[in-house]
Amino acid sequence: MKLELQGITKVFGPLVANDHIDLVVEPGEIHALLGENGAGKSTLMNVLYGLYDPDDGQILLDDRPVRFKGPGDAVAAGIGMVHQHFMLVPVFTVAESVALGYEPTGPAGVLKLDEARARVKQISDRFGFDVDPDALIEDLPVGVQQRVEIIKALSRDAKVLILDEPTAVLTPQETDELIGIMGELKEAGTSIVFITHKLREVRAVADRITVIRRGKVVGEARPTSTETELASLMVGRSVNLSVQKSAATPGEAAFRVEGLSVVSPTGAVLVDDISFDVHGGEIMCIAGVQGNGQTELAEVVLGLEEADAGRLTLDGQDLRGRSVKQRLRAGIGFVPEDRSTDGVVASFSIAENLVLDLYDTEPFAKGISMSPARVVANAEQRAEEFDVRYTSVQDPISTLSGGNAQKVVLAREMSRPLRLLVASQPTRGLDVGSIEFVHKRMVAERDNGTPVLIVSTELDEVLNLADRIAVMYRGRIVGIVDVAEENGTAGGVNRDMLGLMMAGVPMDEARTQAAEHHSILGQAYMEEDAQ
Amino acid sequence: MSTATTPSSTATAPGTRPRVGLKTPVVYATAALLTVLLFLRPTPADVSTTFQFGTAAEWFAIPNASVPALLTISLLTVVMAAAAVWAFLLVRQRRRPPVWLHVVVGVAVVLAFLTYAGAGKTSVIPMVSLLAGALALSVPLVFGALSGVICERSGIINIAIEGQLLFGAFAAAVAASAAGSGYVGLVAAPLAGALVGAALAWFAVSFRVNQIIVGVVLNTLIIGLTGFLFATVLSDNRALWNTRMPLPRIRIPVLAEIPVLGPVLFNQTVLIYLMYVIVVVLQIMLFRSRWGLRTRAVGEHPKAADTVGIKVNTRRVWNTILGGAVAGLGGAFFTVGSGLAFGREMSAGNGFIALAAMILGKWNPWGAVLAALLFGFSKNLGNVLSTIGSGVPSELLLMLPYIITIFAVAGFVGRVRPPAAEGIPYTKS
Repeated sequence: MKLELQGITKVFGPLVANDHIDLVVEPGEIHALLGENGAGKSTLMNVLYGLYDPDDGQILLDDRPVRFKGPGDAVAAGIGMVHQHFMLVPVFTVAESVALGYEPTGPAGVLKLDEARARVKQISDRFGFDVDPDALIEDLPVGVQQRVEIIKALSRDAKVLILDEPTAVLTPQETDELIGIMGELKEAGTSIVFITHKLREVRAVADRITVIRRGKVVGEARPTSTETELASLMVGRSVNLSVQKSAATPGEAAFRVEGLSVVSPTGAVLVDDISFDVHGGEIMCIAGVQGNGQTELAEVVLGLEEADAGRLTLDGQDLRGRSVKQRLRAGIGFVPEDRSTDGVVASFSIAENLVLDLYDTEPFAKGISMSPARVVANAEQRAEEFDVRYTSVQDPISTLSGGNAQKVVLAREMSRPLRLLVASQPTRGLDVGSIEFVHKRMVAERDNGTPVLIVSTELDEVLNLADRIAVMYRGRIVGIVDVAEENGTAGGVNRDMLGLMMAGVPMDEARTQAAEHHSILGQAYMEEDAQ
Repeated sequence: MSTATTPSSTATAPGTRPRVGLKTPVVYATAALLTVLLFLRPTPADVSTTFQFGTAAEWFAIPNASVPALLTISLLTVVMAAAAVWAFLLVRQRRRPPVWLHVVVGVAVVLAFLTYAGAGKTSVIPMVSLLAGALALSVPLVFGALSGVICERSGIINIAIEGQLLFGAFAAAVAASAAGSGYVGLVAAPLAGALVGAALAWFAVSFRVNQIIVGVVLNTLIIGLTGFLFATVLSDNRALWNTRMPLPRIRIPVLAEIPVLGPVLFNQTVLIYLMYVIVVVLQIMLFRSRWGLRTRAVGEHPKAADTVGIKVNTRRVWNTILGGAVAGLGGAFFTVGSGLAFGREMSAGNGFIALAAMILGKWNPWGAVLAALLFGFSKNLGNVLSTIGSGVPSELLLMLPYIITIFAVAGFVGRVRPPAAEGIPYTKS
């Protein structure tokens, strides 16, 4: 089916999310929609899927204009969507999830679950998905949940499949499998719209690329374009994709984790007997797919979560039994994973958010009274130093963009003398400019001699920043890769090896396997590096 | 698909199981200790307690059972103590004591108490009327709890069950009295409840007002409204508006002849039989029908439901109205179902206990019914014992259901997971 968008415009208050966007997707084509976070990709797709009503413009399917009042209309017209955050009910079975909204029913609306199961089985077998119709969604790994989403779309005869940032939650090997699936769907005549901000994936899979920036189409590109070309098109200026950093000069092992375990109240082991240390003046990255215990590890370090076993020492001092406040005072800086809920208080002003940790100490407070003037003065100085773009430091922090809000968090956490910096997903959802800035500050802190612990699920970020990489899988550390050492070996540090480790393959085996067999993406990367 | 690509599934825990609190063994041990102090110590030796199992209307009479009081209580105490020790050992191994153990201990406590209360008395412990009364007291709770299940499964918190019960009771009484038939009350009551449900849904969905606040306000409004009408219109012309119109009892042949349970369950009004039907139908529909699947989807992950074309807010509104109707029907039990005229605030907090029953029943119809029966039983125990004349003050006994509610909700439920989107208004984008 041919899909055409003409002059789609969507306005939210003062923000023009989509500004007269034109897009043509030919039948059986993989069309990539490339743009930064906040460029308007998801808004456009939600318009196409009938979730938003466009303010202007029209949608044509096989050259006939259509109007969608809701997702039901879009689905009926043959459009399927796999959302970035899966639209699956955790307590449903696969068959129930696929049936939802299009239930096969008998008399009195009683479900024919057998029919739903058979449908899942049929599609699953046809594309080799290997999905059990009776499994509960919450028990499935994300990669399989994504296949359930694809089955959902296919079971409604989707002719156009929209994949919204489908690789964000996958290991490189799972991504590879997804690329395989996309190829098969394309063979079967399904058109695919592939939304992403990851340049290399686009080059590996797309037939055509449309780049959007700030709600406008800024150009079309061929998959043969270089990464730098795509990046400058996406960002609107030339960008430096890798961080310049000198070799690390690690000092003493300042922060130690020994035999740490965290068990959830439901009995799942989230962190399973892990040990490592971080030296002063080095960046240790914790890599791994989301949900393998990294979040809990970071929270235990600050004391937000209690460890069930093991100990943490900072500069020889045992952190057990210390409150969060005591740990902050001991010199731990913490950049939380979810900036909007854990990093800032949205309704507080920028200035107040900058003293959330020090509001009760000199010079901001004396006894029971606070000094607003000093809080504001401090804020102006910090904002200047960390390049925060604001109108007034008295404005609520919710008026700032994601990148600027994250700079405020960094400014707060890095304005104390630090003995340890812990940053969880420090660049999630940020624009390229802000990512560059955050990365530079992290490296600068390392060069100050501070031990830096970064939790990231983005392999590119890990490869850019890390001096050592600990890969976590199911709560355990699969292996710790010393970047300098590994670069001395034949294969070097490569994505395939880390990807295999992220799926639980031990380090040495991963190294051998990666050398023998390159994934589609890994291949693309190597070619890029060779250029 | 290679096997190496399935990370992050729930890891099982060898060695490091989660800690299990000492709550259960401590509660059991306390039960055993209190049994010794309160029931065993004051019971004199050589007295017995008589339990009565039959009624006059059966094929064969089960003889009254007379048991030696001291020995029975001692044996029951041993059961509780053993349960406490076993639970402690389980908890030490980080395992949860099984649910049936709670039931065993609960029954043991009740029996010990009954044995103590009837020890050396000439009056017998009437088991049939104890159970029949328990069922009667749990009827509004069952209806209320089912109403809660219907609403909360779709994501709307229904605190207004109390008001729906009261308004249902009022409407049933007035309609039945005016029409001269109790059955008319059974039509009016669900309509009244549905009206309250509609008001709740309107504020909660259209204006996204905090559902708990709307519910509480509606309760207060209905107490005021029915109280006002009771004091004015209903008092001015009692004969027309507030005459007792009891529903007749219908005895189901054969089934009603079953010893002990037969007369309890199958010699009832049509309202009780309706309740059985609603419980069974709701249990099936919630988990095996299109309506149930969509209801649960809307309560767990409304956005996911929206993306497959389900109208989230429409579903919630209809469910809240339906839930209101069910609670309203339950309210009819206070008036036409019990053969009483309407009285001020006669729902007497049952709506809130019904919510507790819903939570204790983990948002499942069957569970809610069992929990409602438990509350009804504990309340009736208080009533029966105060007539037998045990040494315990009746005021304390009447507190029993509330104490059980607090303990049940806080301790025995274990981990419960309410519908994920409960109480959160749904808006697009």
